[in-house]
Amino acid sequence: MTLTQVQTPLLEVANLCTTFTAGGASIPAVRNVGFTLNRGEVLGLVGESGSGKSVTLRSILGLSRRYGETTGEVLWRGDNLVAMPESSLRPIRGGEIAMIFQEPMTSLNPLLTVGVQIDETLKAHTRMTASERKKRAIEMLDLVGIPAARSRLGEYPHQFSGGMRQRVMIAIALAARPKLLLADEPTTALDVTIQAQILDLILSLAKDFDMGVILVTHDLGVVAQTCDQVAVMYAGRIVEEGAVRAVLKSPQHPYTVGLMRSVPQNVPPRTPLYSIPGTPPSLLNLPQGCAFAPRCPNRSSACDQSRPELLDTGGGRALACFNKVRAGEGAAA
Amino acid sequence: MSETVLEIRDVSLTFRGKRGVLDVVAGRPPRDVNALNGVTLDLKRGETLGVVGESGCGKSTLARCIVRLHEPNGGEILFHGSDVFAPDQRRDRSYNRRVQMMFQDPYSSLNPRMTTSQILKEALLVHGMCGEADVPERLEKLMDLVQLPRDALEKYPHEFSGGQRQRIAIARALAVEPEVLIADELVSALDVSVQAQIVNLLLELQERLGLTILFVAHDLRLVRHVSNRVAVIYLGRIVEIGDSETLFASPSHPYSQALLSAAPSLDPDDKGSKIHLEGELPSPMDIPPGCPFHVRCRHKTPKCTAELPVLRPLEGRGAVACHHAEKI
Repeated sequence: MTLTQVQTPLLEVANLCTTFTAGGASIPAVRNVGFTLNRGEVLGLVGESGSGKSVTLRSILGLSRRYGETTGEVLWRGDNLVAMPESSLRPIRGGEIAMIFQEPMTSLNPLLTVGVQIDETLKAHTRMTASERKKRAIEMLDLVGIPAARSRLGEYPHQFSGGMRQRVMIAIALAARPKLLLADEPTTALDVTIQAQILDLILSLAKDFDMGVILVTHDLGVVAQTCDQVAVMYAGRIVEEGAVRAVLKSPQHPYTVGLMRSVPQNVPPRTPLYSIPGTPPSLLNLPQGCAFAPRCPNRSSACDQSRPELLDTGGGRALACFNKVRAGEGAAA
Repeated sequence: MSETVLEIRDVSLTFRGKRGVLDVVAGRPPRDVNALNGVTLDLKRGETLGVVGESGCGKSTLARCIVRLHEPNGGEILFHGSDVFAPDQRRDRSYNRRVQMMFQDPYSSLNPRMTTSQILKEALLVHGMCGEADVPERLEKLMDLVQLPRDALEKYPHEFSGGQRQRIAIARALAVEPEVLIADELVSALDVSVQAQIVNLLLELQERLGLTILFVAHDLRLVRHVSNRVAVIYLGRIVEIGDSETLFASPSHPYSQALLSAAPSLDPDDKGSKIHLEGELPSPMDIPPGCPFHVRCRHKTPKCTAELPVLRPLEGRGAVACHHAEKI
């Protein structure tokens, strides 16, 4: 974001909040989330279960509206998607912005052939003729690496393996040539060898189509290997943000440090692993100050009283913490 | 680490597929799933043996065979030298007590209508671990052992988080004082920070109680961390087995190499020399002839398509089932 300011961002999210209500209580699942994404850039959203990463992704496309209230700004080509009525969102969903979900087993319609499901997207979002659509469908299956694409168009999802189904999902998502891809844990249900194939595929397609990607994952290894930017979420907020190399090499938020240290890499075998003490707070009962304070090794009195804002710390990084971890301090311990 | 606790000798298991009249008329071959095709393993006292492989390779089936949830079609499983599937052994329930299994999904492996104390009490009484009067004391000890608060005893599974449920599952397994724990993807459903807590607990308990653990998982970093030895399974066969550090530092079988290089590194600069596996795991209904890995292997030769490599010891390494292990 320093030198290439000429480029206008593809997507700008500011102050995004999503609150669900259950039994009279309000659950702030996403709080004041903001980030920008440029063309061809891959942004990773990481955090533990319940940190709000999937809800953030869904809120961008207005998919959480039905269950809760979304406020804030999602600027897409000059329009605020949050304020947009369903009817105007429909051509954007699946057309300009596509989404792939975590479970390839349940997100395809088991009663329709793969060909019909790709065709649906094309029918809704392009003006292609039937023969052009079929050609594109075959081309897409080819592109995502499904052998004998032509003959597999007539097959049903159950005839594909997990990895192949996720490829089909990607083919459907990319059929209408979207400008932005939202990927919600696209490889979590897959084996490592297949995960590597799918991530490479998403990356090379992002490059070919100059497409922005937001990748939600809980695997820091996946972030390290695929993303350009990363945002770490905790209890519904972004706590640290920046270029992947900078954040992973010298994390500044104690939570990021804790996450990285829990991964058994470069630790002597069969020794105790570092684990962040305690459990994530209930969203129904968030601490008044910093949500991470009760588990934080760097906690000070300020942390209990007020909530640290996500502030720019220079070098394209941002941090929401009063007691930042200095370089080498956390990783070496 | 000397005495062998469990010996698995050439175990194979085929699940018979349904074959309707139409299939017979049409002359279709039977759709049998060859889940295990001759697995041989030793589990030594006090060690942790990691078992890794892709989904569908047979690692969970192997775990289930060991605890007698499936009966193998061939081979034998010996516990302290006696066949656990022999008729006289089948009636003996002490094996069920001494070898305990813990399951992957903490949400479906605990009965939602029983409180923690009922779950644990059932295990204690079924195996006659203690009299009714001693139960409360035992339960409290178990809670301390797995580091759960004592008031957890009167709660139902839905009141706990995933990590706490796995602690209850561990407590249930330990209630009956087993010698061997079979952990089938014990921490796969948990977040990394919770994973670390459970792994630490497991390592600590192993140390204190002298447990032998078979640790089945697909997370290679985790397996490397907890295991003394590791077995890599591909299509129901062990393709490589050996000391954990040696195997992870320099894998000998081309499949182990590819599997290890596929795990994404935490270091963004370490793009590594990735070996990309082409294609997917072949169906266990239709295992390729010769070396089952040859369809995805970069080093295949005509010999690989014709002849099944046997697991043989390699100097300075473990045992490898590959014709060309020396050259790779």
